[in-house]
Amino acid sequence: MDTTTDSGSNAQADRPERLDRRLLIERLSSYWLIGAGLFAVALFALIVLTLVQQSIPIVSEHSLLEMLTSSNWDPASEEFGYLPAIVGTIYVTVLSMAMGTPIAILAAIYIAEYAEGRMKVIVSSFIDVLAAIPSVIFGLVGLIVVVPFVGDYLAPALGTHSIGLGIVTVSLVMAIIVTPFMISLTVESLEALPDELREASLGVGATKWETIRSVLLRAAGPGIFSAILLGFGRVFGATIVPAMLIGGQTAIPESPFDAGETLPSLIVNDFGELMSIPLTQSALIFVGLLLLVIVWLFNFGAMLVRRRLQRRWQY
Amino acid sequence: MTHDTVIRTDDLEVTYTGKREVTALNGVSVDFSENKLTAIIGPSGCGKSTLLKSLNRLHEIQPNAEITGEVYLEDDPVYETDEPLPEIRRRVGYVPQKPTPLPVSIYNNVAYGPKIHGDYSREELDDIVETQLRKVNLWSEVEDRLDSPGAELSTGQIQRLCLARSLAAEPDVLLCDEVTSALDPISAEQVEETLADLKEEYTIVMVTHSMEQAKRLADDVIFLYLGDVIETNDARTFFENPQNERTQEFVEGHAAVEYDDGDDTAPDSTADAPPAE
Ligand SMILES: Nc1ncnc2c1ncn2[C@@H]1O[C@H](COP(=O)(O)OP(=O)(O)OP(=O)(O)O)[C@@H](O)[C@H]1O
Ligand SMILES: [Mg+2]
Repeated sequence: MDTTTDSGSNAQADRPERLDRRLLIERLSSYWLIGAGLFAVALFALIVLTLVQQSIPIVSEHSLLEMLTSSNWDPASEEFGYLPAIVGTIYVTVLSMAMGTPIAILAAIYIAEYAEGRMKVIVSSFIDVLAAIPSVIFGLVGLIVVVPFVGDYLAPALGTHSIGLGIVTVSLVMAIIVTPFMISLTVESLEALPDELREASLGVGATKWETIRSVLLRAAGPGIFSAILLGFGRVFGATIVPAMLIGGQTAIPESPFDAGETLPSLIVNDFGELMSIPLTQSALIFVGLLLLVIVWLFNFGAMLVRRRLQRRWQY
Repeated sequence: MTHDTVIRTDDLEVTYTGKREVTALNGVSVDFSENKLTAIIGPSGCGKSTLLKSLNRLHEIQPNAEITGEVYLEDDPVYETDEPLPEIRRRVGYVPQKPTPLPVSIYNNVAYGPKIHGDYSREELDDIVETQLRKVNLWSEVEDRLDSPGAELSTGQIQRLCLARSLAAEPDVLLCDEVTSALDPISAEQVEETLADLKEEYTIVMVTHSMEQAKRLADDVIFLYLGDVIETNDARTFFENPQNERTQEFVEGHAAVEYDDGDDTAPDSTADAPPAE
């Protein structure tokens, strides 16, 4: 702007052209953004429509209720009971979240509120590195370490029997995968809290632990809740680790040490093999649709809960 | 100062270590008298908040703060002491600059301290909550919504809630860090009125940016400049007959600026002028 006075009439001629160019870019950029947005929506619609369309054969031949409650999965004899995989999914999700969540929250509190200086840097970068390891590597390590551990030590120690592959093994490995991820997110939401909250609580004579328990965990509550849900989503949709470690057994597991199947691992383990059997492909795609719908419902419920928490625990 | 000293600092030096080391306080020794309101004034970044927080060791939540010297609360040391830190902080309460409700109900904001420190029955807590909310002139505005979240109040109400929360812990000294600076003029006036009432009963240390506010409220004034105490005096002497040249400049400078419609830039500012070429 300073130069306009110096360069006189030249600037007058310059300006509209420059302005035109800027306005053109402005308009183009909005087209681009709208285009990208529409593309994402279209892609999404395409996925859902494909799943629905491909699921039609199975739902028109078999009753939905029957498939969801039957424990007999045997495509060769046209039996498509999803219950074993549903039970397996619930088992794995509940077990690994039950192991991972408390550890994640405690570790996050340590990192965000207690660790100092180098220790903090070392621990949190270690956690970040863990969170970034591809799950197939955890699957491999699970095969080499966790499978014999469960089969040879843990199961006998608990007075039961396991071939090593099974629900407990998957749950342990999934807990190891998902915990660093939840730690990172929880640390983030604790560290995002303003120091004033700590000062306000410490400033009336609360101890550090009282401050964490009754102030910081609440204030960060919606964020921590999201961290847990994202962790939950990862376990629920986990594919490669269950496929590698669950033992591929389509019967309802009697104990968590049994082999089993989860919904995603059912898709992976059966898709290639059983394609020649009629309806199998449709049955498996329907599993995919089921996963999608459950995740949606869950996210929707989570959003409602989160809103409530945000109102209740605002600061 | 002739009054009984409740809290005093002895050669307090605070340094923030790090890439750029800052000495925020350069050996500060000041007294705060009982049931008086002492205002700490001075330009931005001169160490006002640091001095305030070092009185109850709240600056220690910054991992890079280093301190030497001592603070005496009723002649008991605050740093070299066996007294537990939470108890020191209960006795020297703190109200932050930004109105900060705890993420609990209005009722529990006030009951927070008492619940921690004592074994009160529900009726006793009800009593405490009402008494403290009355003290800060907030009771009539919130009595029918005690269970809603503290954060749903207006910022001015929140700031009074924060005062009530601090008072409920029964402190000997109350530290207020620019508690009106985030408020609109009317809310600020209400908080000021509350402080004026409270200073009859409590020893208050208040940081403020507003010279006018210090004039209206303070009994004593401490003028800090780049980590040094330039002058400390009773308010009347301080404003009418400042002993130090720099105080004089600061007081007058601010007066001049305030007539200038509150614009904070120095009158000789030429930042916007085009370069002479
Ligand atoms: N955590 C910190 N790390 C490094 N330097 C800090 C930290 N906190 C404060 N300082 C520095 O210490 C000095 C004093 O800060 P302080 O907050 O006490 O000033 P103040 O007088 O309260 O300022 P203001 O009027 O802006 O609130 C400033 O130079 C500030 O930049
Ligand atoms: Mg300050």
